[in-house]
Amino acid sequence: MAEKMLTVEDLEIKFTLRGKTLNAIRGISLELYKGEILAIVGESGSGKSVFTKSFMGLLDQNGRVTGGSVMYYGADDGKPVELTALKKEKEWYKIRGHEIAMIMQDPMTSLNPLKTIGDQIMEAVLLHQKLNRAEARKKTLDYLSDVGIQDPERRFGQYPHEFSGGMRQRVVIAIAIACSPQILICDEPTTALDVTIQAQILDLLKELRHKYKLSIILITHDLGVVANIADRVAVMYAGDIVEIGTSEDIFYDPRHPYTWALLSSLPQVGVKGTDLFSIPGTPPNLFTPVQGDAFAPRNPRALKIDFLEKPPYFEVSPTHKAKTWLLDPRAPKVEPPAVVEKIRNGGLI
Amino acid sequence: MEREVLLEVKDLDVTFGERKKQYEAVKKVNFKIYKGEIFGLVGESGSGKTTIGRAIMRIVPSAGGDIIYKGEKINGRISPELDRKVIKEIQMIFQDPQASLNERAKVDYIISEGLLNIEKGISEAERKTRVEQALRDVGLLPEFASRFPHEFSGGQRQRIGIARALIMNPEFVIADEPISALDVSVRAQVLNLLSDMQKKRQITYLFIAHDLSVMRFITDRIAVIHKGRILEMAETEELIAHAIHPYTRALLSAIPMPDPRHERQKKLLVYDPDMHDYRSEQPEWLELRPNHFVLASQREAKEWM
Repeated sequence: MAEKMLTVEDLEIKFTLRGKTLNAIRGISLELYKGEILAIVGESGSGKSVFTKSFMGLLDQNGRVTGGSVMYYGADDGKPVELTALKKEKEWYKIRGHEIAMIMQDPMTSLNPLKTIGDQIMEAVLLHQKLNRAEARKKTLDYLSDVGIQDPERRFGQYPHEFSGGMRQRVVIAIAIACSPQILICDEPTTALDVTIQAQILDLLKELRHKYKLSIILITHDLGVVANIADRVAVMYAGDIVEIGTSEDIFYDPRHPYTWALLSSLPQVGVKGTDLFSIPGTPPNLFTPVQGDAFAPRNPRALKIDFLEKPPYFEVSPTHKAKTWLLDPRAPKVEPPAVVEKIRNGGLI
Repeated sequence: MEREVLLEVKDLDVTFGERKKQYEAVKKVNFKIYKGEIFGLVGESGSGKTTIGRAIMRIVPSAGGDIIYKGEKINGRISPELDRKVIKEIQMIFQDPQASLNERAKVDYIISEGLLNIEKGISEAERKTRVEQALRDVGLLPEFASRFPHEFSGGQRQRIGIARALIMNPEFVIADEPISALDVSVRAQVLNLLSDMQKKRQITYLFIAHDLSVMRFITDRIAVIHKGRILEMAETEELIAHAIHPYTRALLSAIPMPDPRHERQKKLLVYDPDMHDYRSEQPEWLELRPNHFVLASQREAKEWM
C-alpha cells in the first residue's frame, strides 16, 4: 500500500451555537495516501467543509475538536505531526500553505481585487520558498503557464477583474501550488463554473497532481463530477463517512442506501418523461444526538435495527467499506436500485 | 399537423452600452416555442442566454427584431392592456434563490405581490386561499406564509420563487438556471416539480441552463447558444445523439458521467471559435438533418456531416 499522508482517527468536532451543541463531525476515521485524489461527497450541511478545515486549524471560533486525532506524515523532517494537538497560530503557520493548501469554491471572492495576480502568486512564492525577487518572478511565470494561462508575461501585471471565472480559478490554484504543499484541499472548486470549464479545471488538477506529487482532497456535492478524477470516494452524511471505496467500488458496487440515493438522483441517469428520484425528507438535526443510522428516517427500506443502533463499518473488500446494517450477515437481502445495474453495464451513454 | 406557436423570437438583437462601447449581447436570434413544450437554451456564461430570457420578460430592451407572443408583438412600445396581459401570463423563475427573494417581506407578501398588482380587486379571503394553494402546489406547508425567507433552505426558497410565478396562472414560464445554485439531491425535487407543472397545467417553459445533462432530462427541444448566436437547434434526443456543431460536441463531451471507466477514456473536446473561416464564406442557418438546424458555411456543413 502507498505511503500515508494523513490519518484521521475517530475525529469529533462540535460547535456551540446559542448555548446549544452541534455535533458537526461524529467520529470519522480516514486515511489519505500519497499522490491520490480522494473525493469527499455530501449534501450541504453534511460537514464536509468543516471536516477538512480542521486539518488547517481554520475552524470558526465556536468550533472545537472534542475527540480523536489527525496525524500528518508529510513534514520535511519526516516526523509525524499531530494536527489536532496544535494550539498556537504560530504552529499552524508551518502547516498552512506549506504543508496543506486549500482552494475555495468561489474564485470571484478568493482573490484580492487590488493587487495584480502576479503579485498575489509571488507573495506565496516569497513566503514559502527561499528565493530572491527575480527568481520568484520567474517561478511565478512558470506557475502561471503550468496552470494553463497563456501569455504569462502579460497576464502577470493584470488584475483579477481582467480574468474570467475559470481563469481566476486557475490563478487560485497557482497560488496554492506556489506554497509547494504536500496536500491540496479543493473545496467545491468547480461549482461556480460552467460545465466545459469545470472539465478543464478537473483535467488541470489531474495534471498537477503528477507534476507536483500532490495528494488531493476534492470536496463536492455532485457525485457526477468525481468519477472523472477521483481514485477513491468517501460519501459523507450527517457528519460521518458512511461509505468509502475506490471509484469503481462506489460507482459500480455501492452498498449504502445513501450512496444509492445520491446516484439515483443524478440527472445524468434520469429517464425523460419519468420523475427523477429525489431523496425524501431532510438531513437530521445535529443539535440532537443521532440514534442508529442517521439516514434511516429518509430511507424507505430501512430495517428496524437502523433506528436503534449505529452500524459499524462492514468491509466489502480491502478497499471498500460501508456503515450499513444491510451488510450484516443476518440482514435480509436488499437489491440495489436499477440505476446501479445501469451504471455498471455502461448503459448511460 | 401544425403545432401552435406560443412565442416567436425573430431576428432579436440586444445591445448594451453607448455608441462607441456598444456590445452586442444577442445577435439575430430566431426561434419558436410551441405551446406546451419545454424549450431549452443552453450556453456558457456570457453567451447571452439569460439576456434573451430577460428581453422576453422586457427587463432589458431589445435593440432590434420582434418578440411575438400569441401573434402579438410584445417588445418595444405596446398598449397598456397588452402589457398587463403579458405581465400576467409570462413569469420568470430566477437562478439564485438567495438573492431573488425580498428579505424583509414575509412569504405571504412575496408570493401575492403579483396578484395585488394585477388583480387589484381581489378579496383578502381569496388572496389567502390562493397563496395557500400556491404553497401546497410546490410542496410547502401553508403555515410557511407567515415566515421570512431567511428561515428557509435553498431548495425551499427556490420553491417559494416557483410559487410566486405559479400563483399568476402563467401560460409561459422562463426558468433561468433554476437549479444551478442547488445541491444535487434538491435539484431532483425542483426538476420534478417543474415537469409536474408542465403536465398538470400545460405550462410552456423556456428553460435556460449551462448543463446539457439537466437539459437532456427535462427539455423537448434545445437551442445551443454561443456569444449571442444560436449555433444549433434540434429536438433533444436528436441533438444529443447527432450533435453536429463542434461547440455542441464540446459541451456534450464535458458532461460528467458517473462512470469511472468511461470517464477515464473520454477525450475532452475543446471548442475554438477561430476554427471558422467566415470571412470567405458567410455561415447560414442550414437544415442538415430533418428538423435539425446548424449555423455553418456550406463547406463546413460538408466537413461536419
